[in-house]
Amino acid sequence: MILAAAANENLAHISNYLIYSAMAVYTLAFLAHITEWVFGSRSAVGRTAAALTAEAQETTSTVTVTTRSAEQGGGTAVLERPKVVTRSAPGSRDIPDGPGAAGTSEKGDLYGRIAISLTVLAWALHVGGVLTRAMSVQRAPWGNMYEFSTTFGSVAVAVYLGLLVAKKNVRWLGLPLVTSILLDLGLAVSVLYTASDQLVPALHSYWLWIHVSCAIVSGAALWVGSASSLFYLFRDSYEARLVRGNDGGAWGNIMSRLPSAATLDKFAYRINATIFPLWTFTIIAGAIWAEAAWGRYWGWDPKEVWAFITWVAYACYLHARATAGWKGRKAAYLALLAFACYLFNYYGVNIFLGGKHSYAGV
Amino acid sequence: MDRELHPGNLTMAKSDSTMDAGGAAGTDDPANAAPEAAPDAGKPAAGTAVEPDDTAASAALSTAPVEDPADGGTAVPGSFGGVRRPGALGAAAWAAREGLGWARWFWRQLTSMRVALILLFLLSLATIPGSLVPQSSVDEVKAQAWKDSHKTLTPIYEKLQLFHVYSSVWFSAIYILLFVSLIGCIIPRTWQFVGQLRGRPPAAPRLLTRMPAHATWRTDAAPEQVLAAAEKVLRRRRFRVERSGSAVASEKGYLREAGNLLFHISLIVLLLAFAAGQLWKSEGGKLIVEGDGFANTLTQYDDFKSGSLFRADDLDPFSFSLDSFSGSYERTGPQKGTPRDYAAHITYSDGSDGSTRKATIKVNEPLETAGSKVYLIGHGYAPMVTFRDGKGDIAFKGPMPALPLDSNVTETTVAKIPDMRDKDGNKVQIGFKGNFVPTLDLKTGTMLSQFPALDNPGLVLTAYKGSLGVDSGVPQSVYQLDVSKMKQYTTKDGSPFAQLLKVGDTMTLPDGAGTLHFDGIKQWATFQVSQKPGDAWALVGAVAALVGLAGSLFIQRRRIWIRALPGTDGRTVVELAGLGRSESARLPEELAGIAAALQPDAPPAADAPDSADPAEPSEGARA
Ligand code: HEM
Repeated sequence: MILAAAANENLAHISNYLIYSAMAVYTLAFLAHITEWVFGSRSAVGRTAAALTAEAQETTSTVTVTTRSAEQGGGTAVLERPKVVTRSAPGSRDIPDGPGAAGTSEKGDLYGRIAISLTVLAWALHVGGVLTRAMSVQRAPWGNMYEFSTTFGSVAVAVYLGLLVAKKNVRWLGLPLVTSILLDLGLAVSVLYTASDQLVPALHSYWLWIHVSCAIVSGAALWVGSASSLFYLFRDSYEARLVRGNDGGAWGNIMSRLPSAATLDKFAYRINATIFPLWTFTIIAGAIWAEAAWGRYWGWDPKEVWAFITWVAYACYLHARATAGWKGRKAAYLALLAFACYLFNYYGVNIFLGGKHSYAGV
Repeated sequence: MDRELHPGNLTMAKSDSTMDAGGAAGTDDPANAAPEAAPDAGKPAAGTAVEPDDTAASAALSTAPVEDPADGGTAVPGSFGGVRRPGALGAAAWAAREGLGWARWFWRQLTSMRVALILLFLLSLATIPGSLVPQSSVDEVKAQAWKDSHKTLTPIYEKLQLFHVYSSVWFSAIYILLFVSLIGCIIPRTWQFVGQLRGRPPAAPRLLTRMPAHATWRTDAAPEQVLAAAEKVLRRRRFRVERSGSAVASEKGYLREAGNLLFHISLIVLLLAFAAGQLWKSEGGKLIVEGDGFANTLTQYDDFKSGSLFRADDLDPFSFSLDSFSGSYERTGPQKGTPRDYAAHITYSDGSDGSTRKATIKVNEPLETAGSKVYLIGHGYAPMVTFRDGKGDIAFKGPMPALPLDSNVTETTVAKIPDMRDKDGNKVQIGFKGNFVPTLDLKTGTMLSQFPALDNPGLVLTAYKGSLGVDSGVPQSVYQLDVSKMKQYTTKDGSPFAQLLKVGDTMTLPDGAGTLHFDGIKQWATFQVSQKPGDAWALVGAVAALVGLAGSLFIQRRRIWIRALPGTDGRTVVELAGLGRSESARLPEELAGIAAALQPDAPPAADAPDSADPAEPSEGARA
């Protein structure tokens, strides 16, 4: 009994070391990303404006789809498919995506790759920290706000790395991601730290696993979506300047390296629309759990209220996308507002409002 | 915005705003999302270049209404009544037309997507105050404390109904309007969807090259052969296929619309279930000491709340008794004293027959029986005492009511003995008041409990004589002793009389008024018994909403046309085109897949120029 407790204490210490090491490596990744952007700014970018004038008239673009056919000679022969011509929707700007943080600089690209490798390493340490914490308390690692924050951060990085592995155009996210992970972990270890321990009886339930893990995954992915919405707003103003014939403005150099506004907006929509059902399920799972623990599935507790507000705000966003005149920037503002609601529910409600959920330990 | 039904073959001639082409070209398409993308009222929405008949082809690819940006301007009507004929009859007819016109206009506004969006936004705003101001329905005590400390704001807040936001007039108005709007939105969309299901995929537009994704090649196969193969390929991919003339039209992904309608209908089910739960619910609290029992009738409850349509004979007949209660607590570490596990061991009978069963109720594991749920809410200790009066007769025997004050279960406790005699045989009333402490540590210099378990229990009591005030008819709390008409017993030197008792100790009151013996300690638990009729429906609604949402967001509705015509050089020109509800990378891929599947039956002619130049994929297409 005592031995086991000592082992657990050890694990908890190891967990703390791992989290601190992860923060150190994230800091290195942060510096590498900065270097990447700095080198990128020196490269000759200026492509966007040129592309704009060159492609503005041309509304069609082509994709050639080639597939390998296994029938002919063991999959080596390439069957040429007819090309599929796609046309972009009318009114879109047809501005291509920027080249990424490194611009055309090879050195910048190298630093970008270093930054991503460091992020992978830091993430491994981070996940190790979360897992050892879970082992030390022998339960899911999200019983209080410290654990929630550390787990949340690791899932956000996992989402980003997963998108990278899936060859999505998300490398531009590296710097904002690492920055916010550092903020998140910094807050966790300083303000929110809670020593490892067991749960109060109300938290004993397998719905804890389901409900909170869904909330974490939703939040991490919605974070990526809202970062994309935010950069969409910047990039959109930048493109609007170019279309009006102005120069790119003070931030033009940075903006020109981002993906196009259309890409960012589409990406944000995809993430938000994919996660909305999961967030819906999170709330339903929470209601089922509350029914078991407190005798009512919905009681307008502050945490429930804000989960509902967040949900309605995202429903607003999805509706806005379906309504002419509300697309584009207005929808993006709604998406940011919705994510702000999520964040407030996570930090604000525990800190300022209390209620039944606040024993999760500030 | 216009809600008229639009069958797939509607033509331009009618009104642009009834066309669903805007939705067709990508309602959730970000490429379309640029502010300047809003189509002018004068042009078909699917794209400036789309020919009139193409608009028909892309019509009604969903049941979502098209928001006409010019709506705001044209929707404001002048007069609906038209010409007013002279005379009273004319005026009445005019007024009726006018009224009807306005009603229809109002209904159209209310059920438009734009108003739905605004109402949704208002709903989220209106929900906020309820989380900032303490709600009486959530935490009465907290709400009262807030009112006591904000004397000036309270009357204003009360006028604004801020202490019960979720049943306030303004909150109700918003969600009722939203749901009326929702119903007004679902009904026409359902009809329209049924119409689409019964209709056929719209015929191929004249210029397939104008569609968002398109492919073409020449082949030596005859047109007839190509079309037959096309039908087969599309059917195999579970498209709905319709052959007309030289082209095959097909459509797929109707489940998207079905899912969307299911989702919105489920929201109504959810709301009704929630309302039913509020109206017919009942919820009662009961404190039970180990060894005691409870039968589910109104009179047995300590407190009881119910919905406005609940009747007392709706209570489910069941009963249970608390055999024992066990709690365990963290012994070490920074969270020492935090409860780890509570369990109430009970014996119950569901009222259907006489048989009894044993069960354990834990915090997350309520007992479900006979349509009710029994939740474990709280627990504490009850000192068991026997009080003998001056004559030696037992005047009171049993648990003293005790109320926990802190997380280590320091309790205040009270005993009222209204009917006893002193040593001379005179009727007197005595009251005891004090604290029960499960873990007493006198070294700490306080009488506060140091731990929630029964490690070193102690009972400190003092006694009063006089009038308990129980005869006045005013209901009293069992946890409080009104000492305004009582006198505290004192020791010989005049200091208040008080004594610390351990289990088995006896306290002898001065003047031979009686003795109190501390017999032992029992645990008690508080239970909440709830009966909530709408719960099952709420669950059904929630699950259906989730399923519908997944269908609505993950399924894509799209059309694919394949045309085969003899070309000028005698070869057959094969043309494929696809149109999705949203422009996504999947549609070109699917089109390419279909083209590839078609090639064995329509092999490209060797010198076909079209398939020869593999172009660099553009940035936009890659996204
Ligand atoms: C009660 C509150 C409501 C909620 C929570 C809600 C939620 C949603 C959500 C999440 C979607 C996204 C699904 C998708 O993009 O396909 C959606 C789509 C839609 N909603 Fe609602 N909705 C509500 C009320 C309404 C009302 C009142 C209307 C009609 C006036 C309406 C009309 C639509 C339409 C037409 C779509 C389809 C848009 C599309 O296909 O892109 N909704 N709704």
